[in-house]
Parts: sequence; C-alpha cells; structure tokens
Amino acid sequence: MEASSEPLLRLRDLSTDIALRRGTVHALDHVNLEVNQGETLGIVGESGSGKTMTVLSVMGLLPTGGSVVGGEILFDGRDLRTMPAPELRRVRGVEMGMVFQDPLTSLNPTMRIGAQVAEPLRVHQGVSKAEARERAVEILRRVGMPRPDKIVDDYPHQLSGGMRQRVVIAMALIRSPRLLIADEPTTALDVTTQRQILELIDDLREEFRMAVILVTHDLGVIAGRADRVAVMYAGRVVETATTTELFRAPRHRYTEALMRALPESAADGRLYSIPGLPPDLSRPLTGCRFAPRCRFATDECRTTDVALTGDGHKFACLHPVAEPVPITVSTGHHRAAATSAADPILTVRDLVKEYDAGGAGLRRTAGRVSAVAGVSFDVKPGETLGIVGESGCGKSTVGRLVAGLEPATGGQIIVDGTDIATLDRRARHHMHRKVQLMFQDSYAAMNPRMRIDSILTEPLEIQQVGDAAARRARVSELLDQVGLPRRALERYPHEFSGGQLQRIGLARSLALRPRLIVADEPVSALDVSVQAQVLNLMRDLQGELGLSYVFISHDLSVVDYMADRIGVMYLGKLVEMGPAHQVVRAPRHPYTQALLDAVPSPDPGRTPSPDTTIRGELPSALNPPTGCRFRTRCPLAQDVCATEPVLEGGPHQVACHFPLRQEAPAA
Amino acid sequence: MTAPHEEEAPVRGMWRQGFEVFCENRLALVGVALFVLLAAFSFLGPLFYQTDQVHTDLTKVFLTPGTDGHPLGTDGVGYDQLGRLMLGGQTSIVVGLAAGLLATVVGTIWGAIAGFAGSWVDAVMMRVVDAMMSIPALFLFMLMASIVTPTVPMLIVIIGAFAWLGPARLVRGEALTLRTREYVMAMRGMGGTGGRAVRRHIIPNAIGTVIVNATFQVADAILYVAYLSFLGLGVPPPAANWGGMLSDGLSDTFSGHWWLLYPPGIAIILIVLAFNFIGDGLRDVFEVRLRRR
Repeated sequence: MEASSEPLLRLRDLSTDIALRRGTVHALDHVNLEVNQGETLGIVGESGSGKTMTVLSVMGLLPTGGSVVGGEILFDGRDLRTMPAPELRRVRGVEMGMVFQDPLTSLNPTMRIGAQVAEPLRVHQGVSKAEARERAVEILRRVGMPRPDKIVDDYPHQLSGGMRQRVVIAMALIRSPRLLIADEPTTALDVTTQRQILELIDDLREEFRMAVILVTHDLGVIAGRADRVAVMYAGRVVETATTTELFRAPRHRYTEALMRALPESAADGRLYSIPGLPPDLSRPLTGCRFAPRCRFATDECRTTDVALTGDGHKFACLHPVAEPVPITVSTGHHRAAATSAADPILTVRDLVKEYDAGGAGLRRTAGRVSAVAGVSFDVKPGETLGIVGESGCGKSTVGRLVAGLEPATGGQIIVDGTDIATLDRRARHHMHRKVQLMFQDSYAAMNPRMRIDSILTEPLEIQQVGDAAARRARVSELLDQVGLPRRALERYPHEFSGGQLQRIGLARSLALRPRLIVADEPVSALDVSVQAQVLNLMRDLQGELGLSYVFISHDLSVVDYMADRIGVMYLGKLVEMGPAHQVVRAPRHPYTQALLDAVPSPDPGRTPSPDTTIRGELPSALNPPTGCRFRTRCPLAQDVCATEPVLEGGPHQVACHFPLRQEAPAA
Repeated sequence: MTAPHEEEAPVRGMWRQGFEVFCENRLALVGVALFVLLAAFSFLGPLFYQTDQVHTDLTKVFLTPGTDGHPLGTDGVGYDQLGRLMLGGQTSIVVGLAAGLLATVVGTIWGAIAGFAGSWVDAVMMRVVDAMMSIPALFLFMLMASIVTPTVPMLIVIIGAFAWLGPARLVRGEALTLRTREYVMAMRGMGGTGGRAVRRHIIPNAIGTVIVNATFQVADAILYVAYLSFLGLGVPPPAANWGGMLSDGLSDTFSGHWWLLYPPGIAIILIVLAFNFIGDGLRDVFEVRLRRR
C-alpha cells in the first residue's frame, strides 16, 4: 500500500499539442492537477478550455495529431509516459474507466448490451463467455438497471438515453477501476435523469472507493458532486480549491465572471456577460490568457505570465476577487407586466398533434403517438411565455405547430385574431411574416453553402419585401441590431462561433419584423458566458421592438430569467401554468417540484429533498397513461388520478388532483 | 481582430469571391488552359493548317509521320492525320460537352425533385429511371440509329437521353437526406415553397457530387461517340471524332501504325483530364466549408 498522502493521479506540468494542417494548437499548457483515492475532482470550463483534452491525455485517446509534449502523468507514482506499452495498456484498460458524453455513440449498435459490458473482461482477463454474462448482469444490477437479466440481450437502440448512460457506466466499472473519468456524463440527458446518474456515480464512488474526475461545463453539476474543483481556461488551470471554498469565495476573475453569468444570479434583472471570445490557442500568448476579456485587467496582466499561487486554494490572478461572490438565487425580479389589456398576439386552444407510429407498408396501423394532447395558452404582445419540460414532452412540437411548419391534428391556433387553419395558401404565406422561428442549433439551420448575406436576405426574398437595395439596407440594419460587423456578410456559417451563429439566427428571425418569435432551445448549445450575451440581446431587442417570445427550453433557470409566464409540459400536456416567479418559487404540481429539485444548483449548501425525486423513465407517448399522465411516476398518486385533472386556477393554473399548495393570493 | 483596412474594403460579390477561390486552385487553371488549347486546336487549327478531309487518296495510305508534308502521317484511306485530329476534336468536344451537360442538368433536376417530394412522386419518378436503366443502352442506340440518320445534335440527344439516369439516382439519394435538414425547415418557416427548397437548398448542397459526376459524364459521352462509331452508328464518314479514330487505330496496333493510335488516345486523355481539373476547381468554389481563410 502506498502512503495515503500520495494522490492516485497527479499531472505535473502536462502539455499537449494538437498538430493541424495550419499550425499547432497548444491545447494544454503546464497543467497541474491531482486526484486522491475516494475523491471527486471536478474540472469545469467552457468549450475549448482544455478540460476534455486533459482527460483524453490521461487515457491516451487524443485525436489525430494530438500528443503529450511535456510533463508527467503519474498514476500511483509511476509515469504513464515512460511505461512500456503492454503495461500501459493494462493500466489504462483495467485501472481506469471512462464514461463519455454521448451514450448513443459510445455504444456499438450491433452488439448486445451484455457482450458490450463484458467486453473488457474478455479482453483483459480472458474470462469465459458464461462467466462474462453473469458478471455483466451483476454489474448492470449494481448501476440500477431494471431487469438486468433481460437487458443483457437487448441492443442499445432499445434503451432510453438514461439507460444507455447506465450501460456505459457499467462498462467502465466492470473491471473495478481505481479511477473513473466522466466527461460530461449528463450533458445529453434530461435533468431528472441527470440527477439519477450523478447520484449513481456518487454512490459507486463510495462503494468502490474510486477516484472520480468529473468533467463538465455546468457549475451546478460540480457544486453538488465534487470535493475539489479545478477551473480551466484556454488550456490552463486558473483556479483550484475545495468546492465549498470555491463557491463561497472565488478568487480568479474568470471564475467570478462565470458565476455572475449564470441566469440564477441575475439579481438586478440583467445578466453579466463576458465580452469577446476565448483566445486562439494556435498563436503564441503572453500574460494572463483571460486579460483581453477581463474588466480588471491592467498592462501587467497582459505582459507577465501569472502562475498558480497559494496553498490549498490556488489561483493565477494578479487582481484576485477580494470580496465573496454570493450566488444569490434571485428572489424573482418582477418584470413590468406586459399590457394585459391588449388582445393576445397568439392564442392556442386545445391543440392536438398525433403522429402515425412507424410501421411501414402493410403494418401501417401500428398506433398513434400523441405528441401534444389538448394544450391551451395565449401570449400577449411584448410578453415572453416560457415552455419547459423534458425531452419528448412535446414542447418543440408546440413550437413547430405555432410557427406553421406542421398542420395540427386538432384545436385552434389563432395568430393576431385569425385562425391559421382557415387561411388560404396566400394568406398562410403572409402569416409567416408575423411568426418566426429561432433554432437551437443555428449552424444546422443555415444552409452551409450560403453566405450570411444570402441567408439574411432569404426571408425578405421569400416574402418579396422591398427591392434589392432595400433588402441590403435591411440586412445591414439587422447586423447592427445583433452587434456583428459588416464583414460578416461575405462569410459562411462555418466560420462563426456558436454565439455568433445564434446572433445571426436571431437576425434572420427578425428580418421580417415579426410580432412573435418562437425560440426553440436558443441557448442550450452555448457556453454560460456566451449564453448570457445571447439572452441579454434577446431581451434588449424585445424591449426595443415590442416582440413576443415563446421561449422553449429544458433549462428552468434560463426560462425563469427570460419569461414572464411559464408553462410546464409533461408528455404532451400542460400541467402547470403561471407567472414565472410563482411557478419557479412556489410550484403547485408535483412534477414541477421534481423538475426544480433535479436542477443542479450552483449553491453547494443546498441539497434537494430526496422525497420528491422522481424515478424511472418517461412513459411512451404511443400509449400514454390515462387520466393524469404523470401518475405513473408521481409520489402522491392515488386512484382518483386515473381521471383526468383539469388545468384550473386564476393566473397560476395547475392540472393536479393534489396540488402542492394553494394559489398565492393575487398581489 | 481584423486589420482596419480589411473592415473598409467593400463586401465582395459572391461571383467575384467564387472566381478568386477557383483561381487559387492551380490545377483548375491548368485544366482551363488545357481545354482552351484543345478547343483552339480543333476549331481554329483548320484555319491555319488546311487539309482535304473529304476526298480519300488511296495513293497516300499509311504514310509515316513527317513524310510528304504530313506531320502526323496519314491513315488507311489517305486522310492527313493531324487535320483529321482537328476535325475529330470538333465533334468530340461539342458532343461530349453538350451531352454531358444535358445529362447532368436533367438528371440533377429530376433527382432533386424526386428526393425532395418523396412518397408516391418519388416512387413514380424513380421507377421511370429504373425502367430506363433496365434497357441496354446499346440496344437503344441501335434502334435509334436505324430510325434516324445520326447527326451531331441527334447524337447529343441520344446520349443525353440515357446518361441522365446516373446523376438522377445520385442526386435523389442526396436530396433524401438534405430535405430533412433544419435549414430547409427554417426556410419553410419563412413561408418558402418546395420549388425554392429544391433550387436554393437541395441542388446547391448536392452540387459537389453533381460536379464530380459531370466531369465523368463529359468523358463518358466522348467515349460513347466512339462506341457508336465503332458500330457504324456514329456520324457517318467523312466526319470524324476522336473516339472513332481511336477504335480505328486499335485495329492497326499490330501493323506498327502507332501514329493512328496515340494521337487520338492522348487527345482523349487530355480532355478528360482537363474536365477533371476544372471539376475539382468548381468543387472548391461550391464546397465553401473546405475554404481556407
């Protein structure tokens, strides 16, 4: 046994380069980190900060052209870089396990779950087929898989995202590794599933006394789960501390800025956003790498290389934060209520959308998927309605129906006083001017072969607005509104960063001067600092142009920041609807409560109450439960829940037989 | 950070930008030069180097290059080989280019519409393609040739009439995946029609495949003319084409008449190469994602 003071994994001055055709990216620059047995180290940073490169360097999984060029990777006191290849393979294969972000692509779709989980055993320990299967069942049971003896014979596509991630974890654990590396293990999952997976990793760490490295961009995930945190920026560790210490009193200006950019800390009704973009790591950099984006930077910051200083709580900053940054979970900014007397710009009545379920050819009558089942709401001019729910709840379908991309199966959609189902072709074509869509992934939503000028003129051409000169003028105006330089016009979508693309996407939605924009997860693909820029921009433009938004998101904190009112959807139905601050702070539906509790809070002191945790999976929309659709997972469900509850109440409505609390008296 | 003078420069037009990218590809310029050279040789050459390509002269058959003022010798019926190469180039270039373009344009539009529309429209349109593919091309040629006297425009139509099947299938496959892209959905959200989707989104995104295929189409068309001539179904003598000259030359391989084989062979290789290089350059223009900045 080694001395307990020696960390299990220690990175000493680790530098990694990635050789590209156009020069070399210095992805990691003298990274120092350590993880002890039984400890969880969180690595947090934005995309491109080098957090994933760090763990890939350890695992030897660097992309083509990548190589470790300096430093040591000490595992159990021995340097992996000088270890002979067979030994290295054994250490990486048996003593380390890795969980990747996307559980769909990290499983082989043509292999049965059992064979896949037990593969490392067969490779490294040469156990028999029968024994491997037995061990696979056992480990699947350990990771909380229902009916593991049946699931071993299934294929990955038969499982849900959360289940797949459990399989990936089981695969990593079957060799009883001493170090588990989880790279964004829950980013692709819903909040309620995320909570289950994070709890699972926590339990397993205690049970196996593993060391865990948890890589994530989400400060909330780190706060609840990690013992120590390392904050990375532009290939360097800029701050390390214990989790409580870091969240109580961050010292580095970048950490501070990250925390202030969280939607949760928008106390004064506006988010702090970090200006600019991270530096290009293929160029030589001097001084503090955050200096160009830092409010407190001085000339000294730009010229001197700042090293990590301090013991215990280390940070690399010349002008550290002196006062603690409290993450005040905001008490609800009462936004000036929209003129409630005005006629609604959008009214949706009993909206229904069903799809034919699969079954090609002769077996066409396989059933119908009920994606949206009787949803009603309205949106007033200048108002933002937030719609939240997990994936598969029908929120995006509602957005597409409202934007007129698909015909509804039943119900009415009334835009500005006219029912869009009754419109003839011409009028419907014209209707698109009033309602526009903003996409989650603007890159996918833009033709990669069109320049930005063509992309922005396209809506004007389709709707035949103005002549060529007028269109050019309008496009320039739009670029100014979203804060992009004129040069952007002759570039192509792939040349922009995610945040810039989202601005262009917003500009395109604005081109026709719509009254309502349906924004489907507009910031979920963005980093926190960039997310803040886009959210602020959306709100500024709303004030300027009197827009209404239907803001669809799975992220409650973002919706809370943006919306005046929030609707919560579950399996095609609205279960709760009310003013944003009431829904978030005094939810009435058990599902809303569960959703809120599952959101990882960036406040390490807050632990969610375990009794509201919802277990299991979202039921299939092919045969949804009768009555209240949430009753199969609801902790409060009783027999009466088999009859359908009605969405009722004053401004704060709920569809539940046993609401958690009475409606707050009207203020 | 962009340099200030760059900010002030006017936004370049799309054609201008595309032209600049094309010119950055050296091989594409070589391709253009090669094509211009071959075209000039075929069409302008006869103005400077006049030969009799109508009357046979059986006293001067199989003259070796250089004799009697025939730089490339003469063929089996006494035509001057260099002059014949020029004449043959005219037919080959015109038929190859026109038939290749016709096939590509028709095939691309057909495939894009079928793939984008989907359901029964796709089924009907693609069954038409399958049915035509199942008829042997040669059989079709012979039938056509026996009905009509082959002329150059006729050849173009005949070759084009079945060569479009390949591109149609290729583009339809592309269109099937392209139509589900979010940018097509975004366009429909603006009120755009199916026609616009095909025109502005499906075809431009399938263009990489189309262009590469088109360069082969041109080369193929030149060779088809050769097959037809070989069967005696091509443009009747004294008209000539490179493919026909090549197949004639093949029968002389063992008689040592190399000047009848290599010149048309090399000419075909050069023109095919030229189109491939040009296609490569065009792909650079359309594949904006590969552009360097």
